[in-house]
Amino acid sequence: MSTVIHIEGLGKKYKLGQVHTHLLSEKIGNSLRSVSQKIKNPGSAAVRRSVKHGNEIWALRDVNLQINAGEVVGVIGRNGAGKSTLLKILSRITGPTTGWIDMEGRVGCLLEVGTGFHPELTGRENIFLNGAILGMTKAEIKRKFDDIVAFSEIEKFLDTPVKRYSSGMYVRLAFSVAAHLDPEILIVDEVLAVGDASFQKKCLGKMQEVSTGGRTVLFVSHNMTAVRELCERVVWLNDGKVARIGNTDKIVSEYLHENAGAVHEQVWTDKERMPGNEKVRMRMARLSPEPEDAPISVNTPLIVEFEYWNACPDTELNLTLYLNSLEGTCVFNSDSSPQIYPAGFIRETCRIPGNLLNDGTYRMTIMVVKDRSFDIYKHEDILVFDVQDVERECRWYGKWPGFVRPQLQWTSKYIETSKTV
Amino acid sequence: MIESKNINNCSVRQTIHIRISPSLGWHSLNLKEIWDYRELLGMLAWRDATVRYKQSVVGIGWAVLQPIMTMIIFTVIFGKFAKLPSDGVPYPIFTYCALLPWNYFARSLGDSSDSLVGSSHLITKVYFPRLILPISKVFAGLIDFAIAFVILLAMMILYGISPTKGLLLLPIFILMAMITALGVGIWLTALNVMYRDVKFVVPFLIQFWMYASPVAYSTSLVPEQWQWLYSLNPMVGVIVGFRWALLGKAAPDIFVLLVPVIVTILILISGLYFFKRMEKMFADII
Repeated sequence: MSTVIHIEGLGKKYKLGQVHTHLLSEKIGNSLRSVSQKIKNPGSAAVRRSVKHGNEIWALRDVNLQINAGEVVGVIGRNGAGKSTLLKILSRITGPTTGWIDMEGRVGCLLEVGTGFHPELTGRENIFLNGAILGMTKAEIKRKFDDIVAFSEIEKFLDTPVKRYSSGMYVRLAFSVAAHLDPEILIVDEVLAVGDASFQKKCLGKMQEVSTGGRTVLFVSHNMTAVRELCERVVWLNDGKVARIGNTDKIVSEYLHENAGAVHEQVWTDKERMPGNEKVRMRMARLSPEPEDAPISVNTPLIVEFEYWNACPDTELNLTLYLNSLEGTCVFNSDSSPQIYPAGFIRETCRIPGNLLNDGTYRMTIMVVKDRSFDIYKHEDILVFDVQDVERECRWYGKWPGFVRPQLQWTSKYIETSKTV
Repeated sequence: MIESKNINNCSVRQTIHIRISPSLGWHSLNLKEIWDYRELLGMLAWRDATVRYKQSVVGIGWAVLQPIMTMIIFTVIFGKFAKLPSDGVPYPIFTYCALLPWNYFARSLGDSSDSLVGSSHLITKVYFPRLILPISKVFAGLIDFAIAFVILLAMMILYGISPTKGLLLLPIFILMAMITALGVGIWLTALNVMYRDVKFVVPFLIQFWMYASPVAYSTSLVPEQWQWLYSLNPMVGVIVGFRWALLGKAAPDIFVLLVPVIVTILILISGLYFFKRMEKMFADII
């Protein structure tokens, strides 16, 4: 099979902090300052250089990869693992620092649906504008115009400015244009998570159609179910490097088990370094699935343990736990029962039942409360973890809506034939 | 980045090869790529021209109102109060004839120098030659120019002025205004990505530049010994050229025309290279 994407030694370095100053006046000010510093203190230049060095990060480092024609390859990894950087280099939005890529064929890239949509323009006008931005020729758009409109289901609103569209309509139109882009190499970033269930089904169908049509697809996603369904091979990125490449089922299950990068445990052994204040200090926070070796998925119960040090004897204390979504919305808040403790270490444990949380990333904040009313210490994001999706029985792979995903009791029974109505 | 493109829509295997590698040093300008993306260029220019007056009451009428209002103000202040000479032509048409290329130039320069930062949502999401953005702004302004030009023709009929044969050379002067706006705009828009000061400098620059160009006054007011310096300003050549071609007054000498052409081309070429050198960094720092 012929190689269509050949990546060799690819690296991308970003400088953090003092990358560039946004104001020319600052830049001039800075260089004046550094000149005057050099005069005052000749050694400082070397110091500055090392600081600068510390501010560099390699978003990607030494990535080697070969993708063959007609392959559908998934790219997985946690936030910040380098997925988006890889996509941006492949789609030529930004250049690499080291290495090179050879690609054979036209590259189409979907990092976001609706790129370049203009709110004042009508649906019809935006189809042409967006199509051109995505790299389609005018003739091509004209040829596919009817298909695009039919796919988007917005025929009636074709001549309405898109600023009057509902968000659902907007996304449907945007995806329809994107879905009709047919390059030899298609790079897709989680655009599946758009629209309602029935539209998602259509999108997934379209993706499968593209992949069976002999085109090469690179699919970046957090959604392991969709990755499993679509991809033959998976690249797992971790810390800017390729952690593993291989058969989808194998890599995905390894990924789910290792769950690289989440904060499942924090332990502070040195009393001086323990976070806290003169009243309480945290010693340990740990999250573990039940049983220990299970992957953390929607139906796994979770055990959360905390150990903290109480400095004031005979204090009535309890913990209050906030479970927040990645975006910071509180999913729930739960209190332990207050007790009067002598000075010393206290351990508190909480069990979060399975079939409660939806899939997604969660951050836990813990607060120590005194006399049932004063919060004497708050530790934000003490634990961070991902809840993975489970295999679903239905053929729909979009993001399951809602913060919680409880299994509720349903009663369903057949009552009578429709003839009697 | 080397790229060869062969766009055809047959389902036959296409021979497109793309090589992505780090940007080091100077690049070839790869102007062919701009040509390959001409449809996108057209779409963006069309978008800017269409969207500009949407949801405004007067709509496209602004393209007419703006130069006419400025003309009236200039006529009252410079023509009536200051009694500036207008080379024997009625002052309104004398200044309108200069406002026409000037307004076009000022707007194109302003828009193109904001083109990259104003399109950061595109730059971070999709690839296309970034030069398309400032170029499209320069083309978008031509629509307004054309509308204002029709008004000028009407005024010429009103004042009984018939154009000279120089009219045939008008496209050259328009082209000069375009290239000057583009050349300076390319420099400024690339700088604006890195230093947001540029945004504050541009309005001053445009204002200053207007007073350094014979929009409200005649070049004859400029002292003889400073004429050489004055004619380094490409917009002097453009405006003098416009007045000559349309009103048949004060034929420009070859020096006044040739110098700005050279200046303009130098600005454009240096701007193109500077832009190209910075291009790959735009998405990272915008």
